[in-house]
This record gives sequence, structure tokens and C-alpha cells, in this order.
Amino acid sequence: MSGENVLSQSFEIIGGNFGRAGKASTTVKDILKELGIDPSIIRRTAIATYEAEMNVVMYAEKGEMTLRVTPEMVHLHLQDQGPGIPDIKLAMKEGYSTATPEMREMGFGAGMGLPNIKKNSDLFEISSEVGKGTRLEIFIYLNPKVKANP
Amino acid sequence: MSLYSHSIQINTDRCAGRMRCMRTCPTQAIRVRSGKALMLEEKCIDCGECITACPNGAIVPLTNPFGELTKFRHTIAIPSPALYAQFGREILPDKILNGLKKIGFDDAFDQALTCGEVSFAIQEYIRDYKGPKPLISNTCPVIVRLIQVRYPDLVDLLIPIDNPREIAAREIKKKKARQYGLNEEDIGTFYLTPCPSKMISIKQPAEKGKSHLDGAIAISDIYGPLLSAMEAVANESYRKSLENICILGIGWAMVGGICRTLRLRNSLSVSGLTDIIKVFDDIERGKLRNIDYIEAYSCLQGCVGGSLTVENVYISYNKILKLIETLEFEKIKACPDIREVRRRYQEKYFFMEGKIEVRPLKPLDDDLTRAIAKRKQKDDLYETLPKIDCGACGSPTCLTFAEDVVKGEAKLADCVIKSAGQELSAAAPGRKSKIPLKGKEP
Repeated sequence: MSGENVLSQSFEIIGGNFGRAGKASTTVKDILKELGIDPSIIRRTAIATYEAEMNVVMYAEKGEMTLRVTPEMVHLHLQDQGPGIPDIKLAMKEGYSTATPEMREMGFGAGMGLPNIKKNSDLFEISSEVGKGTRLEIFIYLNPKVKANP
Repeated sequence: MSLYSHSIQINTDRCAGRMRCMRTCPTQAIRVRSGKALMLEEKCIDCGECITACPNGAIVPLTNPFGELTKFRHTIAIPSPALYAQFGREILPDKILNGLKKIGFDDAFDQALTCGEVSFAIQEYIRDYKGPKPLISNTCPVIVRLIQVRYPDLVDLLIPIDNPREIAAREIKKKKARQYGLNEEDIGTFYLTPCPSKMISIKQPAEKGKSHLDGAIAISDIYGPLLSAMEAVANESYRKSLENICILGIGWAMVGGICRTLRLRNSLSVSGLTDIIKVFDDIERGKLRNIDYIEAYSCLQGCVGGSLTVENVYISYNKILKLIETLEFEKIKACPDIREVRRRYQEKYFFMEGKIEVRPLKPLDDDLTRAIAKRKQKDDLYETLPKIDCGACGSPTCLTFAEDVVKGEAKLADCVIKSAGQELSAAAPGRKSKIPLKGKEP
């Protein structure tokens, strides 16, 4: 893939900083609108990026989200430095959550974060190392018929 | 012929290029080119902020002049409930409606009654609704335009129940045509409007070919004549006048009025574009899914805050609020018959006649590959700009300037700061700083 056709932008996410939370996903959404991406894809991306961003804000120390847009797909890569997830299978279960009462107070912690990301992406990969951090790969294809290999 | 009509016009002769409108515009729809303000039609959502901002009165609302009534054989005024908030506490809707008949209208229709019916219809719709949430009110035309242009993915959340002003005009025309044996075209229905944006929903409805209203007259244009005319209107008993007020309908004048009088539990009321944009961003992220209904008005405090009203917005907001409290306290409920509303609801009486289409902003390029390239150019260019948003180039921010340059709508040389820096470094080659550091020469 040539670098010419790829738009790439990275965002720093600070853990615990609720004041700026959501900034990265809003910027991602604005970029996609400027590029003329289909509204339904923008909506899916917005939901997936916001959930992913909030996971970093709520649980990790810090993280980085990288957006890549090509004529074929939207790709988001997230890497955080944080506690990691001991049991990914359990974390992917709808309704499972380790959120604190404070987070629940803010409307998070319904245990829908990761399942929601998966639901809104065409391809979703997650890996984690306890004590180090979590990595997410989210792919959303622009042409629903062509599910090309990333 | 432009694609979109607007309810705002810039009078170039009066424009002194002072850029206040450009800086105020919440959707960055104004540029200043060759010293004159220019509206980007695609981006404008008709909020009217620029009208108030212009120190020269060069931006005017395109409402109908009062004199246009003569074109019709029978004219009916349909006042926005915000009109009721413009006069002191002792002046109730009855008197205002009678006053309107003395200043040139053949009849005046209390739209608050229709508002009340529509409130019930909204309640019915929300109760049976199973789709994605939250539903968003469509009564403010600026909100509808904002969604069409900036939030096209939220367009399906706009509630498909029609506006009271449209339903009122449709029904009163039918009724009066029958009553007087006239054609519906001979009857002129005029909305008395608190803001210019209603004009646009009449001239270019978002969802159908033609509005049932024939025009909109600014509340500020009729205020003077109406105030004098009301002096000649005999006072009814206060209690009797109160009993004619529909508590559900009167609330439509202010933000939160619909939700409060309907007692909707999972609802949210927002006013002012800056806050609305924050709320819409949250909806796009998938938040607020537990909210059933959002009442949103472009003007602060709702329609009472419209730019074509006369009374101070807090005074008028308070008048409506106190009126609702009084009606609640006195247990006066002059509401439409809910069974009748339900019957008509089943007959689709309250539904919009068409679907609201999206109107997304033009992307940087129609071809995605080229759009990606342009976005990269824009980012690179933005990095070289001073980022102080001085506006001297004629674009509101450095970021919009970068976009304008990439789109070929502005020239890089228009950035005075950048040009000045280049001249200086050209005069003193080799020096990195843009400002000559006097006295520090080796």
C-alpha cells in the first residue's frame, strides 16, 4: 500500500482525564466527514472509537490511538499502557464489567464497551498483557461488498 | 439560481467588512472577500446569529413585510406562542388574539391549541417507538438544518410528527375555506415569528414541496401596532382568560416546555447552538441512548430568545414559566381531548408529509483518494500557519483558511502574518526568527 493514499493521524489519550475524554473520537469523526465517508460508516466508527477511547481514559495510564484511512477502509489501532485484561473472553461478554461505582454513575460500566466495538467493526482484534497494556485493532470497510484482507 | 434558499441576506452596500459575523457564525459559513461578507450557502443553517452581530445592520432577515396581507381575500395570523410572552403578565393570549384582529388580520388562530395536540401526539409516538434513541424534536428549523448538514447520520432520529405551525395552517385553511365558500388559495396564513429561520421552513421545507403557511411576519414588526391596538380591546375576566390557555401548548415558547408539561421522564432540553453541538456529538458517540426525547432550540431559552422578539429573553421566559405554574396551581387544564388526538393519530393526521433528507457538506473532494490527499495537504499547510485565528485573511480560523486554500477558494498569500514573515526572512536571509532581534547581533 503506497503512503500516498493513506491518511494517518495519531492521538494521545491520557488515563483519568475525563475533561478531555471524547476529544480523539470527535476529531476522527470530523476527519471522516471531511473526506465524505458514508454517514452510516461514520456512525459506526464514532461509536467504536469513543468506546475504545473511554476504556483507555477509565482504566489505563495512557494510550495512543492511530487512525488510518485508505480508499478501502478505516483502520484504528489502539495501544495503551495499563493493567491489561486477564481474561479477554470474559471481558468480551455482554454485561461483564469491572467498572467502579463512580464510572457507573457517569453512565459507563454497563459491560457493553468491548462488545459494542466488536459489533460496530468488520474486523476486530484484541490482545492484552496483564500489567503492561491492551492493544486493539479495529477495521471498518468502506465498501461493504469488498472485505479485503487488511 | 442557488440550490438552497436562505432567510438571511447580506446587504453588500452596507457591509463594512468588520468580520463580526464571520467570527460569530457557529458553522463557519461566512468569509470576508474583498472587504465584504460572503455567505457560503451550503454551510449556512439560518440561525440568525450574524444578524445580531453585525454593527452596521447589513445582515437582514427575509421575513414578509406586513403589507403583503392584501394579496389574499382572507388573512389569518398564527402567532408563535412566543408572542404571548412579549407583553406584561396581565396581558393574556385572549387579548393578544383580539388585538391581532384589529391590526389588519381577518382572524387570529391560537396555535397553542395545536401545540397541545402535537404534544400528545409526541407522547403517543414515543410510547410505541422501538427504534434507536434519542428522538429529537423538529420544531426548530435551525436544528433540522444543523442535522441535515453537520449530523446527517442523526437525521432518522428527528421525530416524524409534524410541526404545530404547519398542522395549524393546514387545518385552519380547510376550515375557513368551507366556512366562507372560498378556495384555499384565497386564504393567507401568516406565522408571527420570533426568528428568521421559520421563513426558511416556509420557503424551502425540509421534507415536502410546499408549506401550508403563506409567509412569516416578524414579531418585532407587529409589536408596536399590536400594543396600541390592544388598548382598545376590552378586558375579559382574568380567570376566564386563563381558562382558555392550553397549558401543553404555551410551553412550546420556551426550552423544556414540552417535556415539562408532558411530564416526560427520560427527556432532555437544550438551547443554544454551542451546547446543542456538544449534545449531538454525544449522540453520535452512542451516548444518551437511554434518553427518549430531546427538545432542542437554536436560540437560548427557546423561541422566546429569537432574534425577532422584543422583550428581554429572561423576562419573557419567566412570563411563560409563571403562567404554567399558575395554571398548574389553579388546576386549569384547557387541554385538547386526548381521545380525539389518539383517533386522529391513528389516521396519520400528525405525521410529516415527507421524509427529511440529508444535505451533508461537500467533502474535500468527491473522489476519496483525492480527498485523502487534500486532507493531508490541509494538515501540512495548517502546521505552517500562525494558528492565532486573527481572521485577517477573511476566513474565520487558520484551520478553515487551510481548507479554503486546499479547495482553491483562498490564496496562501492572503495570510498576512505568513506573508510578513516571508518578507522579513527574505530581507535577512539565514535568520530563523521571523522578528529581527535588534541589538543581539554578534
